[in-house]
Amino acid sequence: MKDRSLFIRHSVNFGIKVISSLSAVLTLFMLGWILYVVASRGLGAFHLDFFLKLPTPPGVPGGGIANAIIGTALITLLATLIGVPVGILAGIYLAEYGLDSRASNAVRFLANILMGTPSIIIGVFVYTILVMRMGNFSGYAGAIALGIIILPVVARTTEDMLRLVPNSMRESALALGAPRWKVILGIVFRSAKAGLVTGVLLAIARVSGETAPLLFTALNSPYWVKSLNEPVANLTVTIFNYAMSPYADWKEKAWGASLLIMFGVLGVSILARWFFREKRV
Amino acid sequence: MLSLRNSRWQRRTDFIFRILTVLCASVIAFVLVLIIYELFVNSGPSFKKFGLRFLVSSIWNPVTGEFGALSSIFGTIVSTIIAMALAVPLAIVTALFLTELVSPAISKLVGIGIELLAAVPSIIYGMWGLFVFAPFMSNHIQPALAQWFGFLPLFSGPPMGIGMLTAGIILALMVVPFICAVTRDVFLMVPSVIKESAFGMGATTWEVTSKVTIRYGLQGIIGACFLGLGRAIGETMAVTFVIGNDHNISASLFSAGNSIASTLANEFSEASDPLYLSSLVELGLTLFLITIVIQSLAWVWLRRMKRKMRVTL
Repeated sequence: MKDRSLFIRHSVNFGIKVISSLSAVLTLFMLGWILYVVASRGLGAFHLDFFLKLPTPPGVPGGGIANAIIGTALITLLATLIGVPVGILAGIYLAEYGLDSRASNAVRFLANILMGTPSIIIGVFVYTILVMRMGNFSGYAGAIALGIIILPVVARTTEDMLRLVPNSMRESALALGAPRWKVILGIVFRSAKAGLVTGVLLAIARVSGETAPLLFTALNSPYWVKSLNEPVANLTVTIFNYAMSPYADWKEKAWGASLLIMFGVLGVSILARWFFREKRV
Repeated sequence: MLSLRNSRWQRRTDFIFRILTVLCASVIAFVLVLIIYELFVNSGPSFKKFGLRFLVSSIWNPVTGEFGALSSIFGTIVSTIIAMALAVPLAIVTALFLTELVSPAISKLVGIGIELLAAVPSIIYGMWGLFVFAPFMSNHIQPALAQWFGFLPLFSGPPMGIGMLTAGIILALMVVPFICAVTRDVFLMVPSVIKESAFGMGATTWEVTSKVTIRYGLQGIIGACFLGLGRAIGETMAVTFVIGNDHNISASLFSAGNSIASTLANEFSEASDPLYLSSLVELGLTLFLITIVIQSLAWVWLRRMKRKMRVTL
C-alpha cells in the first residue's frame, strides 16, 4: 500500500462519512418532500362529494371521483384473484417440487425477467391480445394486465418463504403418512403464513398504484362501473388525465386522487411489514 | 383393503396437485413467450415497411405515416444515463451509511424510509415532478447550471423545468432504493472476519469499504446496478409527466424530448392507423428486448455473487 500520512487517510475517511450521511439524509428528505406535497395539496380536494359523486364536466364545479375509487378497487380485486392463486401454486412448484432442477431454474429466471418487464409493455401486450381482438377497452383487460404483474412477484416471494421452512417439518409430516399436498398446504403453509401474506400484500400494493398497464386496457370513463366488459374508471388513469388538463379544479382532484392512492399503497406496505415482523418474533 | 384404497387415492390427489403446480409454473413461461410472440407479430407491418431504418430514422410523423424510433431511443438512453450517473454513487454511499456508520436501530429506520421511497407509485413521482420539482428546477437549479456550465452545449437553452435533465433526476430518485437495497445486502454478505482483519490492520472505514467490501462484493453491486438500470429504462409515468414529450433530438439536457415508454403512454390509445399502431408496438418490442438483455445480465452477476459466497463461506 502507498505510504500516506495518517492525517490524509483520516480526512478522506471523514469526508466520505459526511458525504454518505448527507446522501442518506437527502434520500429521506426527498421522501419527506414528496409525502408532504401530496398530503398538503391532496387534502384540499377531500370533501364528502369527492368520495361519493361522479365527475362533473370541465368547468362545472363540484363532483367527485367515486366511480374511479370503485373501479380501482374492482380491477385490483380481480387482478388479485387472477394473479395470486397461480402465483402461489407456481411458488409451491419452485420450492417443493422443482427445487434446483433445470426446469425450475428456467422458470425462476423467466419469472425474474417478467418481474423486470416494464409495466407499459404488459399494457401493450394485453392490448394486442385482448383489446384488439375483442374490439373494446375493458376492465377485464386491465385486471388481466395487473394480474400478469402480480404473478411473478407472488411466485418468487412464495418460493422464498416456503424455503425458510425447515425440512424436518416436512419430513415429520410425511413420516406420519400425510400426502404431499396436505403437508404443503397444512404444515408448510401454516408456518410460512406471515411471509406469504406479506408477499401477497406487497404485490397488491404495487399494482394498485400502477398506471401504465391500464392506459390502454381499462382506459377510463366518467360513468359508474356497470360492467367490467367496458372501459372502467380508475384512480391512476384519472390522475393522469386530470393532471394533464388545463382546469384548476381537475388538477386539484388529481392531487386528491394521488393522496388517496398514496394512502392505500403506503398503508398496505407498512401493514405488510408490520404483519411480518409481528409473527416472526 | 381400506388403507390400500386410501393410499391409491392419496397418490392420485398428490399427482393432481403436483400437475397443478407445474401448470401454474409454466403459465409464467407461457406468458413471457406469448408477450414476445404477440409483439413480434404485431410489429410486422411496421417492420415490413421500414425495416432496420426504423431504428435509425428520427422522423416521426403520424400524418404522412413515416415512423422512426431514433428520438425515442435517444431519449431513453440519455435519461437513463443521467439517472444511473446520479443514482449509483448515491445508492452506494447510502448503503455504506446503512451498514457501517450507524447503529442497527437507526439503520433499520432509515432503511424503512428508503423502502417506502421504492413503494411510492410512479404516477405520484410524476405529479410531484411536474407541479413541484420542474418549477424548482427552472427557478433554481437550471439557471445555476447555465451560469456555471453554460458554455457547454449540454446546459444551454431556456430553463423550462421539464426536459431530459429533470426526467433523469426523478428517475435517479426512483432507482436509488432498488440499487441501495441490493447493495446493502451485498455489503452484509461480506464475511465480517475479512472486514475485521482489515480493521485490525489499522485501515479506516472508507479503506475497508473501498479496498475490501466493495471489491469483495463487486459482482453483486454490478448486478444491483443492472437491476436499477432495467427499472430506469422502462419507467413510464414519471418520465411521461416531465420529459416534455417532443420527438426531438437535442444536445441540450434542458430541452424537451421523449422516451420509448413515454411515447407509448402518450400515443398508443390515439393510434387509429394500423401502421401507426404497429410502429408503436415495434417501439415496445425494442424496449422489451433491451430490458430482457439488461435483466439477464443483472441475474447473471447476482448469481455469480451468490455462488461465490457459498463457496467461500
